[in-house]
Amino acid sequence: MCLAIPGRIVELITDPVPLALVEVTGVRRRVDLGLLQDDMPKVGDWVLIHVGFAMSRISEEQATEQMRMIAMLGEDEAAMEEVRGYGLEGREP
Amino acid sequence: MKFVDEFRDSDLIGRARDEIRRLADPARHYRLMEVCGGHTHAIYRFGLKDVLPSNIELIHGPGCPVCVLPMGRIDDGLELARRPDVIFAAFGDMMRVPGAHGSPLEHKARGMDVRIVYSPTDALKLARSNPGRHVMFFAIGFETTAPSTALTLMRAKAEGIENFSVFCNHVTIIPAIRAILDSPDMRLDGFIGPGHVSTVIGCRPYEWIARTEGKPIVVSGFEPLDLLQSIVMLLRQLRARRAGVENQYQRVVPWEGNRAALAAMAEVFELRPYFEWRGLGFISQSALRLREAYARWDAERVFDVAGVRVTDPKAAQCGEVLKGVLKPAQCKLFGKECTPEHPVGALMVSSEGSCAAYYNYEHRKTAGQLRILTPA
Amino acid sequence: MAHGAGGKASRRLVDGLLAPLLYRQSDPVEGDRLADAARVLVGGASVAITTDSFVVTPLAFPGGSIGELAVNGTVNDLAVGGARPVALVTTLVLEAGLPTETLVAELRAMRRAAGVAGVAIVGGDTKVVEHGKVDRLYISTTGLGHPLPGVTLGARSVRPGDRILLSGPIGDHGITILLARGELDLEADLRSDTRSVFPLVEALAAAAGPGLRWMRDPTRGGVATSLNELALDSSLGIHLSEEAIPVRDEVRGACELLGLDPLHIANEGQFLAVVAAEAAERGLEAIRRVPGGEAAVVIGEVREEPQAAVLAGSRYGGTRIVDMLVGDPLPRIC
Repeated sequence: MCLAIPGRIVELITDPVPLALVEVTGVRRRVDLGLLQDDMPKVGDWVLIHVGFAMSRISEEQATEQMRMIAMLGEDEAAMEEVRGYGLEGREP
Repeated sequence: MKFVDEFRDSDLIGRARDEIRRLADPARHYRLMEVCGGHTHAIYRFGLKDVLPSNIELIHGPGCPVCVLPMGRIDDGLELARRPDVIFAAFGDMMRVPGAHGSPLEHKARGMDVRIVYSPTDALKLARSNPGRHVMFFAIGFETTAPSTALTLMRAKAEGIENFSVFCNHVTIIPAIRAILDSPDMRLDGFIGPGHVSTVIGCRPYEWIARTEGKPIVVSGFEPLDLLQSIVMLLRQLRARRAGVENQYQRVVPWEGNRAALAAMAEVFELRPYFEWRGLGFISQSALRLREAYARWDAERVFDVAGVRVTDPKAAQCGEVLKGVLKPAQCKLFGKECTPEHPVGALMVSSEGSCAAYYNYEHRKTAGQLRILTPA
Repeated sequence: MAHGAGGKASRRLVDGLLAPLLYRQSDPVEGDRLADAARVLVGGASVAITTDSFVVTPLAFPGGSIGELAVNGTVNDLAVGGARPVALVTTLVLEAGLPTETLVAELRAMRRAAGVAGVAIVGGDTKVVEHGKVDRLYISTTGLGHPLPGVTLGARSVRPGDRILLSGPIGDHGITILLARGELDLEADLRSDTRSVFPLVEALAAAAGPGLRWMRDPTRGGVATSLNELALDSSLGIHLSEEAIPVRDEVRGACELLGLDPLHIANEGQFLAVVAAEAAERGLEAIRRVPGGEAAVVIGEVREEPQAAVLAGSRYGGTRIVDMLVGDPLPRIC
C-alpha cells in the first residue's frame, strides 16, 4: 500500500502504452504513465512511483513551501514572546 | 535522494520535535492512530517514538493489506497455483505469509512455480512470455495499488491475453477506519491519514471523520519530517478544539485525488457486498472484485475456488493488535511462538505489520535484556 | 530454502547441527573455532583452514562471476580469520550439458582472481551430475593460510568502547546480482565488489596490533547479520550511526525502490573489524593508505547495553534495532 518513491523522468517512451524511463539516484526502471493520462508529465518532472506506476506528480513548489514552513516552526513562538513583551493584550494562537 | 533527504534533515526534525513538545499539553495523554502500515513502518524505522514526548501515544491502525487478509484467501490462491500449468505471481510482501499448508515461499521450495513480481505489469509480461502456462496474479493492496491492477487488466483485455488472471484481494480504507471508530474499545484523539491511498482517493473521503466523529485527521507523507509535521498539525487542531481534514502531503496528494486512477478502478472493479477482514470480521462494501466484463480474467471465476475459511489459531491475537486494542508485545504469542522466522499471523510477516515492525526495530531496545534466539 | 541466505537459519544449521555432530574436544585446534574456519596444529605449526561453497544465479554478472567469488570468498575468510592466504583446493560440481566454454571461462576467472589475491590453486576435482540435479555449476573451495603473527581474534576479547570499522560501501554485490537476474526490470551502473580484502586486513593488523579484536566478512545476510553474530557471541551491544554507513547512490536507490535494507545485502569485497578505541584511528588510516581502502570508516562502537543487540541511531536521536536477516531479502511494495 505504501512504498512509493520519488523518481525523475529521463525519457518518455510510447510503447504502445505511455511509459517513462524514470531514475532514482542512478537506478532506472520503466514506469507506466497510464494513471497520469489527465496531466502527462514531461522529461525532467518528478513523479511518485508505486508498483511500477506513476501515481502522482511531485510539486517542487509545494515541497519547498513545506520546508519553509517547518523551518519557521518555533519562530512564531519567538515572535509571540516579543509581542507579549510589549505588554499588549494577546491571545494564544 | 531528492524529495527524500530534505525530509530527513536533522535540524528541521529538531524544530518539529521542539514544536511538538511546546504544543503537547503535559496534562493530557494523546492517542493518535496512524492508519497506514507504511506509516507504522516509518515510525519504527526512523525511531520517531524516541523523538516524541511520552504523553503522545501512537496507535497502529489496520492499514496493512497483507495483515488484514484472512488465511483462507492465501490458501485459496495457493490451491489454484498447485496446478502444474499455473505460475503464481505475487509481490514480495506475500511470500512469507503463512497459509494453513505453508507460505508461498514454502510452496516454492516444494516445487510449485512461485514468482515474485514488483508490478502487476510484470505478471502480465510473464503471461506474454509463457504462452503455454497460465499466470495467476495474487493481487493485494488498498486503493493505492488497485488502479495499477485495474490498468493492467484493461491492457490484458485490449491485447486479448487469455493466459492471465487476477485473484483479487484489494480492499478499501474507509470501511476499515469506520470499523475502528465503531469499535467500543477505541478511544482516539486524531488520525494520521494514509498518504499514498490519498493520491488516488484524495482527501474528501475523510471529511466524515472530522465532521461526524469530531476527530481531526491529517493526511501525511512518510519521511520523518512529514510525520512530525503532521503531528504538529494535529496538536494545533486539538489545542484549538477544531476537527478538520488537512493535507500535509501536498507535494504529492491532490485534494481531489487522481481521476484517471479512479476511472480505471471503476471500469474494472465493483464492490463486493461484504468481505472478511482478519481481526475486523465481515465488513460490507469494503473490498473489490472484477466486474462481469472482466470475468475472463477473474481467477475466482476461471478456476474453482474452494472459498476456504481458516480461523486464526485461538491463542493468536492478530485481531486485537490490528485494531490497536493490544500492543504487539501484549499478544500471548509475541516473541515466543510467533516471531519473524516462524510467524503465526501476517502481522509478524508483513513489513508493515505492527508486530514485525515492533519486533524488528524495537523490542530488544530495553536495557539489560539478554535475548537468546530460541530454535523453532 | 532459507538456510542459504545467511542469517539466523544458516547459523543454527552450523551451530546446532554441524558443530555438535562433527567437532570433538580432542581435535588439534588452537583457540576458538569459528563457524567455517579454524587453526589446526600440524606438526607443531599453526595453519589456518577454511571452506565454503558458492552458488549464484546468474553465473556471470557485472564485476565478476562465480569463479571469482569462489576464490575471493575463501581468501577473505582466511583474511578475516587473521591469516595470510596461501593455497586453495577446489571442487567443481558440473551439470551434465554445461557448455565447455562456460567451464573454461570460470576456470580462467579463478586463475585470474587467485593471481590478484596472491594465492596458489594447488588441487582440484570435478564431478559431473545428471542434468537437473544441480543448477549448472557449483564451486567449493577450501583454503589454507598462515596465521599473522600477533593477531588473536575472538568475540570474547571485544570490550565496551571498542570501535567498529567498515572497509567500504555496502550492498554492491547483492544488488548487482538482483538486478542481473533481470526479473525486476531495474537498471543501474553497479558492479559486484568481489575482491581480496587481505591487503587491507594486513595493513590494519600491522597498525592495530593487539588492539584488533575481531573481524568478519559480511557476505550472505549482510552487515546486520555479521554484527548480530558478534553481539550474540560477546553478549554486548553494538551501536551504529546510520549516517556513517557508506552506501552508493545506486544501491540506495535500488533498496528504496524495492523496500530493502542495505544492511541485509550481501557483500563480497568488504570486511568489518572491531578495534580498541586507542588503536582505531591509526588502524583506519592504515587501511585508507592501501589502494581500495580509501572509503574505510568507523560506523559505530561497542557498548555494555543492550546485551546481544545491534542498534542504529540517527542524528536526530531516533534509534532502531537492526535484526538478523530471516531468509532472503525480499522486495516489497507495502
